[in-house]
Amino acid sequence: MDLKLKVWRQKDSASKGKFEIYNAPNINPHMSFLEMLDVINEDLIHANQDPIAFDHDCREGICGACSLTVDGKPHGPEKGTTACQLHMRHFKHGNTITVEPWRAKAFPVIKDLIVDRSAFDRIIESGGYVSVNTGSAPEANMSPVPKHAADSAMDSAACIGCGACVAACPNASGMLFVAAKVSQLALLPQGQVEREKRVLSMVRTMDDENFGNCTNHYECEAACPKEISVGFIAKMNREYLRASLCDSGSAGNTKDAVN
Amino acid sequence: MNWQSILSSSIGRKVVMAVSGLALFGFVIIHMLGNLLIFAGPAALNGYAEKLESLGEILWVARIGLMVMVVLHIWSGLCLARENRQARPLGYLGKKNTRTTFAATTMAISGLLVLAYIIFHLLHFTFRVTHPQISHLLDADGRRDVYTLVVLSFHELPIALAYFVSMILLSLHLSHGFSSALQTLGIANESSLHGYEKMGRLIAAVIFLGYSSIPTACWLGIIKASH
Amino acid sequence: MTLDARVPAGLLHEKWDNHKFNMKLVSPANKRKYKVIVVGTGLAGASAAASLAELGYQVDSFCFQDSPRRAHSIAAQGGINAAKNYPNDGDSIRRLFYDTIKGGDFRAREENVYRLAQISNSIIDQCVAQGVPFAREYSGYLANRSFGGSQVSRTFYARGQTGQQLLLGAYQALARAIHLKQVTMYPRTEMLDLVVVDGAAKGIIVRDLITGQIRRHAADAVVLATGGYGNAFYLSTNAKGCNVTATYRAYKRGAFFANPCYTQIHPTCIPVSGDYQSKLTLMSESLRNDGRIWVPKQKGDKRPPQEIPEAERDYYLERKYPSYGNLAPRDISSRSAKEVCDEGRGVGETGLGVYLDFADAIKRLGESVIRERYSNLIQMYEKITGENPYKVPMRIYPAVHYTMGGLWVDYNLMSNLPGLYVLGEANFSDHGANRLGASALMQGLADGYFILPYTIGDYLARTKPGVISASHPEFLKIETEVKDQINRLLSINGKRTVDDFHRQIGKLLWDYCGMARNELGLKQALAQIPGIRKEFWSNVKVSGSNESLNQSLEKAGRVADFIDFAELLCLDALQRAESCGGHFRTESQTSEGEAKRDDTKFCYVSAWEYQGADCSPRLNQEPLSFENVHLAERSYK
Repeated sequence: MDLKLKVWRQKDSASKGKFEIYNAPNINPHMSFLEMLDVINEDLIHANQDPIAFDHDCREGICGACSLTVDGKPHGPEKGTTACQLHMRHFKHGNTITVEPWRAKAFPVIKDLIVDRSAFDRIIESGGYVSVNTGSAPEANMSPVPKHAADSAMDSAACIGCGACVAACPNASGMLFVAAKVSQLALLPQGQVEREKRVLSMVRTMDDENFGNCTNHYECEAACPKEISVGFIAKMNREYLRASLCDSGSAGNTKDAVN
Repeated sequence: MNWQSILSSSIGRKVVMAVSGLALFGFVIIHMLGNLLIFAGPAALNGYAEKLESLGEILWVARIGLMVMVVLHIWSGLCLARENRQARPLGYLGKKNTRTTFAATTMAISGLLVLAYIIFHLLHFTFRVTHPQISHLLDADGRRDVYTLVVLSFHELPIALAYFVSMILLSLHLSHGFSSALQTLGIANESSLHGYEKMGRLIAAVIFLGYSSIPTACWLGIIKASH
Repeated sequence: MTLDARVPAGLLHEKWDNHKFNMKLVSPANKRKYKVIVVGTGLAGASAAASLAELGYQVDSFCFQDSPRRAHSIAAQGGINAAKNYPNDGDSIRRLFYDTIKGGDFRAREENVYRLAQISNSIIDQCVAQGVPFAREYSGYLANRSFGGSQVSRTFYARGQTGQQLLLGAYQALARAIHLKQVTMYPRTEMLDLVVVDGAAKGIIVRDLITGQIRRHAADAVVLATGGYGNAFYLSTNAKGCNVTATYRAYKRGAFFANPCYTQIHPTCIPVSGDYQSKLTLMSESLRNDGRIWVPKQKGDKRPPQEIPEAERDYYLERKYPSYGNLAPRDISSRSAKEVCDEGRGVGETGLGVYLDFADAIKRLGESVIRERYSNLIQMYEKITGENPYKVPMRIYPAVHYTMGGLWVDYNLMSNLPGLYVLGEANFSDHGANRLGASALMQGLADGYFILPYTIGDYLARTKPGVISASHPEFLKIETEVKDQINRLLSINGKRTVDDFHRQIGKLLWDYCGMARNELGLKQALAQIPGIRKEFWSNVKVSGSNESLNQSLEKAGRVADFIDFAELLCLDALQRAESCGGHFRTESQTSEGEAKRDDTKFCYVSAWEYQGADCSPRLNQEPLSFENVHLAERSYK
């Protein structure tokens, strides 16, 4: 099939970007979306033009690198699918497909479709872990975990950190990402000791990173390739309130939260 | 508890919005139940109005409480809206939403319009400056004749229509606001959220029907002036 | 040269304990004076960086991805082995050791494998403490499942995302160390060369992938945890960014490359569908627990699978290996699939595929049980192929997946270059000629959490900290060489793209050095590679400049190394004229077509030493001696 692509091109973070139109003739419906971009890039290189830069790595929907907004939807039209797992059979001959980067102040564009998602790393750094040094762990079966809690923790832990939640949110909020990690660790006995400090510290970092606020549109859940539930956002709100009520005033200090 | 850090955090401000919203929501329900006394006739409504006014200081405490809730609701709403606009300086060419609702995406505008309505409503019925000629009547028992004020006001089509439209906006606002508040306060969870969303829409519909029945009934002449 | 692996003396099960006691220690106050570079943030790299930082060393950590959380360990699906014996089914450290040695076709170092089995249990403890949401029984205790190459259930798992969960555990430990300023993290930074001063590894040269800046980083030791070289084949289950550059450049600086011909072809991948294909997707081997593998008995049978009656199906693994059946090890399963396809009995449009059928399991257990066990894998298959495996059997075919070969390391995981440590898939150490399922995660984490933190101390304690700085002439010299190569790549401006060359070298390797190899084919490949290299350096087209984000340039450097490395891979495959594990030489097979080892001639590790661009590398050997297992013909019948 023949397609037209309208792609966001931006030289670097300092430049202004604009849309360019490219023809994509003879696209095989079994191709993935990224393979289609590979083909276009090969043509661009032959034509002495700069190929379209986009983040990608595993191409099996788990690394979370790919980050394309396809026709106004992060990761494209298929539910629970990353852009690398999106196949061209879902498009029709003659379609014009718009491809944009994630758009959020917290995710500045680096080049073309590549954005800087290091804000997510900084949120995890501020408390998204159990502070256990290597070697100090007790025998694994010492503390049983109810199966439903383990399953629920796994549901939230499935997050791949791609940022589609932020890209989809009308407010560019990072709540689903933060909620997924907060919930995972709050559900498990291993996460209890730092439970209050963790949520206060991670929410503070999230606020400092220029994300918007959650106003409960639930677009994040709809766009999430791992279909993580907004129920975890409610859980984080609960965790946050609980922690704030127990807080003596020092737990919100991020340095204290890990020392 | 550290109020300063709670109020400066995104979740903290949303909690303020949710709590003040739920308080106002409660008021809207009670107010509606009071207003519906109009269907029981002038004696019932005017009696209710007199009882309220006789509360004196308690009434003022309630009024001030409501005012504080309104101010907090607006303050948190404006903060969130401003930050949310700043969080995406450059928008999408054509963003397609899949899960959100019209009500959710128009909360700020429906909220501001409802605010405008509340100001008019207060001028109309509480401060009685918009319709002075019918605002100060007394009923047969010498009570303030709220009943006649309402009925005669809604005989004017523009007024009846303005109230009718405002109730559409209010119920639109509440249809998202109710479940949204429960989500923000962490009362909802994965399995109950959909139920709360439906419940919110149902309550909003009831509120709309309850309130809009009054101007409608007046204008259609189902409720008639007593003299 | 005969290599000394510096294996400690004593009884097998006491070696590691004795060694830990005998190694020198760096005192807590002195640790912060040492800087260690860790390249790669997969299971091995992230766990090593975090653990070293916790001990007090200054750590610089590098990854080419935008975040350390995206390293390719994240894609491991099935699970991680440990000898906990929770199911009470006869497992033990000794059995895990034996299964791994036998699975590796007796080409791994006994002492390393035994240590791996010993450490396996601590890994599970550590990961659980980090909050890794392993699957649990209703009792709340940890669940186990069985896996290929083993008759006990010793695999711990987190749905089909075990690698992801373990990596996030290690990533979070790393994040904590970054927050505490014990680790300086350099994402989107690619190592382009190793700096060796007076014979010892003292730093690396990197390129900042956003600005193109070339930088020098000096340290007291360098740890490479940069993964395998499966992408030399172009199509593999590896992530697109996986490459051999870090280890190959270290090889060119003097580190020995061991057993490059030991490549693992995974039996259960989604078949290739067209020329545009950029990578192959693995379906976890755990599917073989409940799926039955078959092809039609008749050649060229094009009927849809449902219409082929039971009597006309050949469940070839169950037929040939009755005791292991569909759970036969990976190399054997892959080769059997190739055999039946070569016979013309393959299925699907290309004829390169076999069925993996859940019909019986669905009948036995119900669709909901199968859905609970494998839903994410089955969804992934559906997304890629558009077919529903609950109704139609899956089509699978082997694909390059893992590389057992890697830089040679001694018992301490140090290469022949002092101060250069190599962990995880990047080293050659524990899997011999074939890796068992769910053992890669075990090895990566064992190396990073529990081996390197001890052994590196022994080296550092004998090294004066901070003697060599990044302004040492050797750093400047290598930096210039790196810049020269980049400028050369950018100035060729030929006619063929980098991907085009990558596909060419990949196809050559797959055809001549893939699932089955022979002398004639390998010699042909070796004859062709110099031509490909020559054309690459005169006709490749790399767009853009160095001073910006340039993915074309990144790939060009990697492919240049793949082309050079392909030669070493073929040379090793040619030299090893026996079949073992993933290395199958058609000249060396039993009358039944099974791999035939030659223990009299090849019971050693081949460690190749670089001799310069125009010379053949020199072969060094590390003899393998087996004192605790009987060197048997590997049988899974």
